[in-house]
Amino acid sequence: MTVSLRIFFIGGLTAYRGLINWLSPWIFFPTLVIAPIFQILLFVYIGRNAGVQSDKFYVIGNAVQYASIPCLFAMTQAISGERSQQTLTYILVTPAGRLSLFLGRALPVIANAMFVAAFSLLVSGLILGIDVPVSAWPAIALVIFVATFSCTGLGLICAGIGLRVRETAVLNNIIFGLLLIFTGANVRIAELPGWMQAISYRVPLTHGIEAARRVANGATLGDVSRLLASEAAIGVVYTFLGYQVLRFMERESRKRASLQVA
Amino acid sequence: MRRALRLFYTGWFFNVKQLTLSGFFILSTAVLPVFYATIAYYMFRTGGRPGSLLYVSLGAGMMGIWSSTLFGSGGLIQWQRWQGTLEYAIGVPTPLILVVLPMTIATASVGLYSVTTTLLWGWLFFDVPFHLAHPVWFAVALPAAVVTLGLMGLVLASTFVLARNANSFSNLLEYPVWLVTGLLVGISLLPGWTRPISWVLAPTWGIRGIREAALGGGPGIAIAVCAGLGAVYLVIGIFTLRYFERLARERATLALR
Repeated sequence: MTVSLRIFFIGGLTAYRGLINWLSPWIFFPTLVIAPIFQILLFVYIGRNAGVQSDKFYVIGNAVQYASIPCLFAMTQAISGERSQQTLTYILVTPAGRLSLFLGRALPVIANAMFVAAFSLLVSGLILGIDVPVSAWPAIALVIFVATFSCTGLGLICAGIGLRVRETAVLNNIIFGLLLIFTGANVRIAELPGWMQAISYRVPLTHGIEAARRVANGATLGDVSRLLASEAAIGVVYTFLGYQVLRFMERESRKRASLQVA
Repeated sequence: MRRALRLFYTGWFFNVKQLTLSGFFILSTAVLPVFYATIAYYMFRTGGRPGSLLYVSLGAGMMGIWSSTLFGSGGLIQWQRWQGTLEYAIGVPTPLILVVLPMTIATASVGLYSVTTTLLWGWLFFDVPFHLAHPVWFAVALPAAVVTLGLMGLVLASTFVLARNANSFSNLLEYPVWLVTGLLVGISLLPGWTRPISWVLAPTWGIRGIREAALGGGPGIAIAVCAGLGAVYLVIGIFTLRYFERLARERATLALR
């Protein structure tokens, strides 16, 4: 038990620090601190140009949605990065429990994503004069935690695919773009066609974004508990699927002797 | 002159082919602008401005040209360095500018995929009519925008090379330029202090020329300013490229930075 916990916490953090080159301030600040603020400003001004929604709608939607960048890219890198570093075989030959080995790497990803979402929400809110009551911040933090956990589950699936596919940056960028459309960050879900709505309610972040908007408008945690439960359930399903994809890829790689080849 | 033109064509054609085979470039230029266009179509439709959808298609297309130029030209010399071809590019007797310029114009040219995909996407799924008010002007405005962005790429290529993390600079500049150059947002909506910034950026005049040619208006001035800016970028690019070359030779850091 102690070993599993050590692998989960210490191993996860060590792998994260070793494999995520984005932690360099030269990459971290432009990509994860400044870029989300400009994404928010872009959609706020498009919204003003198109004459739809309030600034608050876009600020909250895009701040939470941008958390998907660390959730997808960092999670993928934290696992499939072992392949490019030529260390994957050493990791997989150990008797370490796979659950703690893989999921431990998700924890720093969630913390990073929470920071990105909260910081961009705070700063762009200040720039644009968005009024979010101080009392709402603890609830918003919880909503962001659940949303980033859920999206990290999706990142785990990408990490599994990354054990076989080389162009993970392309895959993650496509998923990021799709989340921008389907999560309702910029277009109300009700405005989308029926088939898109059906997808929207089955992807991470959609319920989280809606919950964050309601909390910022004065709702209590109790009012958004169903949204939070849905987001958490989606996160559990994606995390389970991600873990299964990782195990499947590991088994296949052993069978085909293609662990570091693809 | 003929040799220079032949070199330009060969370099441009080779780089367009090379970039076309890159999944990342095809994604940046052909797929991502379609996502942004889709969001903007829904937003403008909801806002009761369906007549603006061609405006959105063209803006999203130009977003792709900018992304392609930014990532392609910004990382150009770094890529040559990683591939081990930078020494050859600098060592040949041909002036470096004649080697690099076709490459930067190629990165902007690949952005034309985004104009094609966003126009097709809008026409197929959002009933965006593709009716050009001035087809001849449009045929002039589009290549003028591409060439000027390619010349701007020359400035990016020769300045980003001094930074170790050129890609993070590219990430940093993508959204702000989309915003201040008015690709999907009317510049008049932005704070006044952003206007001088937008005036010195090629996408501002490029998209203005293309839109006025497509939607109606007098695109001549925008195209002329675009061409003038291109000349300024060329002069800056020649100087910065020479500076980089001299610095790299003096410090013997060509393949090291």
